[in-house]
Amino acid sequence: MTASLQKARESLLEPAGISDSELERLMGRLLSHQIDYADLYFQYRRHESWVLEEGKVKTGSHSIEQGVGVRAVSQEKTGFAYSDEIGLPPLLDAASAARAIAQQGQNAKVPVAWQGAQGLDLYAPADPLASLPDASKVKLLEDVEAEARRQDPRVKQVMANLAAVHEVIMVVRSDGVLAADVRPLVRLNVVVIVEHNGRREQGVAGGGGRCSYQYFYDKDAALGYAREAVRQALVNLEATDAPAGTMPVVLGPGWPGILLHEAIGHGLEGDFNRKGTSAFAGRIGEQVASRQCTVVDDGTLRDRRGSLNVDDEGTPTQNTVLIENGVLKQYMQDTLNARLTGLAPTGNGRRESYAHVPMPRMTNTYMLAGDYDPQEIIASVDKGIYAANFGGGQVDITSGKFVFSASEAYLIEKGKITRPIKGATLIGNGPDVLTRVSKVGNDLQLDPGVGTCGKEGQSVPVGVGQPTLGIDGLTVGGTQN
Amino acid sequence: MSAQTDLLRDSVASKQALATLVEKVLDEARSQGVSAAEADVSVGQGLSVTVRLGEVETVEHNRDKNLGLTVFFGHKSASASTSDFSAAAIRDTVRAACSIAKYTAEDECAGLADLKQLAKDPPDLDLHHPWNLSAEVATAMARECEDAARGVDRRIKNSEGATVSSYDGLEVYGNTNGFLGAIPASRQSLSCSVIAQDDAGMQRDYWYSVARDASDLQTPEQVGTIAGHRALRRLGARQPGTRETPVVYEAPVASTLLSHFVGAVRGSSLYRQASFLLDHVGKQVFSDWVRIVEQPHLPKAMGSTPFDNEGVATREHDLVTGGTLKRYVLDSYSARKLGLQTTGNAGGVHNLTIEPGERDLPALLKYMETGLLITELIGFGVNIVTGDYSRGATGFWIEKGEIQYPVEEITVAGNLKSIFTDIQAVGNDVDTRGNIRSGSILVASMTVAGN
Repeated sequence: MTASLQKARESLLEPAGISDSELERLMGRLLSHQIDYADLYFQYRRHESWVLEEGKVKTGSHSIEQGVGVRAVSQEKTGFAYSDEIGLPPLLDAASAARAIAQQGQNAKVPVAWQGAQGLDLYAPADPLASLPDASKVKLLEDVEAEARRQDPRVKQVMANLAAVHEVIMVVRSDGVLAADVRPLVRLNVVVIVEHNGRREQGVAGGGGRCSYQYFYDKDAALGYAREAVRQALVNLEATDAPAGTMPVVLGPGWPGILLHEAIGHGLEGDFNRKGTSAFAGRIGEQVASRQCTVVDDGTLRDRRGSLNVDDEGTPTQNTVLIENGVLKQYMQDTLNARLTGLAPTGNGRRESYAHVPMPRMTNTYMLAGDYDPQEIIASVDKGIYAANFGGGQVDITSGKFVFSASEAYLIEKGKITRPIKGATLIGNGPDVLTRVSKVGNDLQLDPGVGTCGKEGQSVPVGVGQPTLGIDGLTVGGTQN
Repeated sequence: MSAQTDLLRDSVASKQALATLVEKVLDEARSQGVSAAEADVSVGQGLSVTVRLGEVETVEHNRDKNLGLTVFFGHKSASASTSDFSAAAIRDTVRAACSIAKYTAEDECAGLADLKQLAKDPPDLDLHHPWNLSAEVATAMARECEDAARGVDRRIKNSEGATVSSYDGLEVYGNTNGFLGAIPASRQSLSCSVIAQDDAGMQRDYWYSVARDASDLQTPEQVGTIAGHRALRRLGARQPGTRETPVVYEAPVASTLLSHFVGAVRGSSLYRQASFLLDHVGKQVFSDWVRIVEQPHLPKAMGSTPFDNEGVATREHDLVTGGTLKRYVLDSYSARKLGLQTTGNAGGVHNLTIEPGERDLPALLKYMETGLLITELIGFGVNIVTGDYSRGATGFWIEKGEIQYPVEEITVAGNLKSIFTDIQAVGNDVDTRGNIRSGSILVASMTVAGN
């Protein structure tokens, strides 16, 4: 943390000539109105992306974003302004705009000394863009394409994308806390289109994390994505129409944990519960899931896509138990909603960038392993579906209704997986879907590092995970009535 | 920030300032040895105020700027962008793009749009109506809007708030073929989302109005009242049984069907063979009475633009006539890949409109007699490669042409190819708030999954 803070000062504050006395002056400007809490969020972000299609890396892109978000909070009111120029005059302007949310006067004292936050040390603070020569990035994508084509002559198109982000953030808070984080993020994605007898299908695979590009060479990860995308596409070539109606569903381990993100996670975010707009509001202590279910949001997993040393308000992340043995334990909080409801922040205050206001967001959300052998779970279903892979999902947190769309699924007949079926959307009710969990597998897996969550127009990287889950009844949106 | 405020204060001066910046970027690119380049510079500022349960919740001041650049070395290309307009940042950004281009492959289709396609004398489409909105006025409007929603019924018990926002932007695009054009545009909006509650649970719904010119917005009272009624009518929703049934997509969600259609006839989906509508130009895709036309020059419209993202002139032309696909949706690159001409669609479609029919929504429901009215869709279950379609839905069960009860926790599924040919009628209740304009759409038959 001390090293991150040093690096943040060097790269964000010093070039702009901002020292501690300027920070005090900015805080002084903000706190000359009746403000309970204020913060400055300095950010520098460098992003690159390389795109391969039709056998060649056709284009690449590079972007730099930097700026400062200035926030002033008075009770439930938030004033917010930002500047994409890091310098004292524009920041004083932004502070004046933000503090206008409250009347003149003073609620909080300007800090006299700054104190570094105790963050975690979950990933190397290195720039991942510099972790591999450009020529090798191109070669990696070409190797991925060759590996995919090598799998099967029915592979007609391979599209692959390699991307990295290097981000330095620093939070300056009105309670005198300074926090910083240097966050790497890499991602590789492969889409394959196969064709046979005039029928075309696609398969998608990928992964990444908060690490360097080396990740894609370790354990054969990149070439593994190529093989996985081809495998999924070929399975889909054989798929027949999916059934329609409510039936038992078995979800595979790993990425199908998007179920938890949609059905449970969003509904347990502190803002919705403070406002009473979530179907889970006021239900702490109630049984909302089968006793086999324990669900956590854990921002402290090493190198994971959803992990953070400190959240975007400078609070260290933690492992928060949301549901324990089926009982709802707590919500995920940022500082604003924690303060207004008299609870502690849980390290879930996140924002897309300096130009966005923080709010409670998930990190890595997963269910702990249970007792059942996955095969036993499938064998217990007479007629239903097994869903192994998913695309995206969405939830209406007020009614609790959520969807997630299978991209690889199979029919289960008399306890056996029989044949692949076309992708279909599954729909359920968040507050009761986990009460219908009949069996939790012993094979907990986290997703490969592909999740991006959208809320109120802001995107942040997240993780999910779960063991194989047997659910007694879920509505499957196929076409076979 | 202060420099940028100046940039937008005087629109003639700001156009000149951004045009000079674009020239500077292109000059820098030339000096670094590119054979061609294009640059896009945008600045914008706005204010957004949310009131919840009668009190101000957030006041957000937005100020954005961005510079994007694509360079070409013969047939090799790369892009870069930055939010810093300093001379050093411009030099670094050009350098970053040039450095990437050293490693990208030769691609004979890469390059600027053809000279003869570029817009000459782009029309003024009346898109810029700055609104000097103060936080006080915005607060009063948002409060009036939310009050109207909460006043609809005592069962409107909670609120996600009402938001008034105003945004004023200027974009200048130029390339080394000599094109330079500016698009000043504003966007004003008013939205409200409230929650109705009874013993059975909570239901949320919303409404919004958006316009280039604040005087064209629905009144705060109208927006709030509609939002309140929409939330209220969802109370008591049931999950119906699984069945095959006719479906009406209410206008605000009907445009999603056309957006999937655009996804399938977009150049990038076609040359990658990632579409269920490959090689369909000249073929019947919809019923023979369906006409879908792009109208990029409608004054004040949200999707209007005088030229596309490559400076190519936009024009009114049909995408579908008599149910037959007339053309694809192409930019220069995908057009070259397919051996065709660009259709002025770099960046997407502009006011794509399905020609409305005679019926309003009640008449359309009468015409359907029995079936499902969809008012909201969730999820991403649409596969453009195969056309397979399966999404979560909320709406109403219709019998004898009348709403019977609200429904939820259902999916609607089919294949887009047959959904398109099964379109039986388009309403006259055209939703003009987006880039795709559609009335409510009646589809003859889809699979609805429930309990």
